[in-house]
Amino acid sequence: MLLSPYPTTGERIRIALLWLWCGLVILFLLVPILIPVPLSFNSGAFFIFPLEGLSTRWYEVVVGTQRWQSAIGNSLIVAFGTTLIATTLGTLTAIALSDEKFPGRRIIMPLLLSPLIVPVVITAVGSYLFYARVGLASTYAGIILAHTALASPFVVVTVGASLTGFDRNLMRAAAISGARPVTAFFRVMLPLILPGVLSGAAFAFVTSFDEVVVVQFLASASQRTMPLEMFIGLREKLSPAITAAATLMMALSIVLLVVANLLARRGRKTASR
Amino acid sequence: MSALQPSELDRPTLARDRSAADTDLKSVTAALRRAEFGDRMRSLLLAAPLLVLLALSFGIPIVLLLSRAVYDPTIAEALPKTTAALAGWNGQGLPGDDAFAALAADLKDNRAKGTAYELAKSLNARLPGARSQVLKTVRKLESADGQAALEAMKSVPFWSAPTTWPTIQSGTSTLTSFYLLSALDLRWNADGGIERVPPEQAIFVQVFLRTFFVAASVTLATLILGFPLAYVIANVPKGLAAILIVAVLLPFWTSILVRTAAWTVLLQKFGLVNDFLLFIGIASDRLDLMYSRVGLIVAMTHIQLPFTLLPIYSVMRTIPPSQLKAAYSLGARPFTAFRRVYIPQVFPGVMAGCLLTFILCLGYYITPALIGGASDQLISNFIANYVNVELNWEMAAALSFILLVFTLALFGIFARILGLDRLKLM
Repeated sequence: MLLSPYPTTGERIRIALLWLWCGLVILFLLVPILIPVPLSFNSGAFFIFPLEGLSTRWYEVVVGTQRWQSAIGNSLIVAFGTTLIATTLGTLTAIALSDEKFPGRRIIMPLLLSPLIVPVVITAVGSYLFYARVGLASTYAGIILAHTALASPFVVVTVGASLTGFDRNLMRAAAISGARPVTAFFRVMLPLILPGVLSGAAFAFVTSFDEVVVVQFLASASQRTMPLEMFIGLREKLSPAITAAATLMMALSIVLLVVANLLARRGRKTASR
Repeated sequence: MSALQPSELDRPTLARDRSAADTDLKSVTAALRRAEFGDRMRSLLLAAPLLVLLALSFGIPIVLLLSRAVYDPTIAEALPKTTAALAGWNGQGLPGDDAFAALAADLKDNRAKGTAYELAKSLNARLPGARSQVLKTVRKLESADGQAALEAMKSVPFWSAPTTWPTIQSGTSTLTSFYLLSALDLRWNADGGIERVPPEQAIFVQVFLRTFFVAASVTLATLILGFPLAYVIANVPKGLAAILIVAVLLPFWTSILVRTAAWTVLLQKFGLVNDFLLFIGIASDRLDLMYSRVGLIVAMTHIQLPFTLLPIYSVMRTIPPSQLKAAYSLGARPFTAFRRVYIPQVFPGVMAGCLLTFILCLGYYITPALIGGASDQLISNFIANYVNVELNWEMAAALSFILLVFTLALFGIFARILGLDRLKLM
């Protein structure tokens, strides 16, 4: 497909060079994220190839020491809290916005997306300033609230996409058949848009689980999450335990996002059927 | 439908029918409007919880932060008597003795209330060196009253320096442009005009330029790396394209922190990048890549590459290969066909990808903090530093303000010429 119908030698060389270039770019994309994986199984304490031997000692550090354990716990608390709130409220908002007659849709959409646009340091510093005044700094609630702002746009967008093909007549049919709006939502609409909702939830979870800047400003020492622990570790002393933590985090976000994207695709398909 | 022609009917009946139909129509329209209004209200109610939550958790904090850039009541609140005494001063030379006496009284009050240090710090932000002078004066005033206090004030040369009183006067107004101007290395001069600060005090323009330079370098690098790959992915058979796109998405789905961590491992003196450079013979000695501009740009390019590539790819996917074939069949050489037929169509995708990457680069914080050296810190790092280390909220707010203006302006351009739909990467 890349070649013209009657390729000249020059063109063949150009296409070969193109493939070579793309091969190098793919290596540039993949090697850096794959490097921490073997290093995390290194039995030695250095980041030098060849590996001294295979061991899971660094994973034992991450799973076994109190510092990392509490970080994992905090990450899960914050990520689940964020996912719950962002998914619930984001889904409701997406349903409201999917109505073409919604007043001010063109203004509200950019406002909803703005947490993704504003540089995260500004969000973090602003939250720190305001939350400290109202007693939300150094609380789980504060971190969850700030993360909800960052995560909810993803939910609104994915659920919104699965709603574009949703036939509103189904809701009218349910109403005519005597279903109350809430019943109609749970029995008719939700099952149909569920892939989109779950996909949004996965995006929200990953957004919160990977977030480090807001946490850095809002969390007290006992509320450090896994990314924050990594960030601090990277600043202090590079330990192979960080590669183990990085591998775990990478695995989790890749798995969740693969699921999220498959669900989103299915959601769009179901919706457009 | 009636078989009779309207002209055959008697007129009044027709008129009556019409008006009845009109009333029916009116009431139906009204009912519809009512129903629609109810729908609309229900929609608003559904959206309200998230909108309220976002306003509280995101909107108010941002507005509050930005307001700190222009609203600074510390000095005015700490110096009420001086504020009153300076109300009629024209700003030329030195104010009268009453202002000195008022300031002395205010300083004593601050000492009594324990707010002297805060005042000193706040003045110091506007007038470098003021902190120690204020604290020294406060100590001197301890045992002095009336005329003695006035003499104590006059005995400190700082209070008779030409810049001191204008600064205090501008500080007594709670609204200030001082920090915003400082964020651009500007200040008010004695004649009420705006001038550049002396070169030895100028910091921020350089930091903004550095941020733009890094963002532009990264954008260019991602385009050079990403454009050919996007072209290949869009033009190979489906199965191969799927494999290649996964290679782009895997790093995309890994968090910025994890990728930055991976690069700190790679860029070490005895890390893999140096091994590789030595192996292929580009470098004759191990380079210091950590804490360097080059290392920062390489890592940021890796992180941003999918952001540039995906919008380009999504446009390329829609261009049928038959168009290029048509160009060939009309006698265009491959390069000409590519330049005249392909490039103009991909252009919106290229713009979207490049603008997105450029905008995101302006806000980078994690990667410069971990991989950049002292001279590679970007504007976000300075904002964090003013909050964490210097405790100077006003300066952090002013820098945030300027950064946000640049970011939103670029996004405005993005939305204007490309539409917000292009933001969808998948």
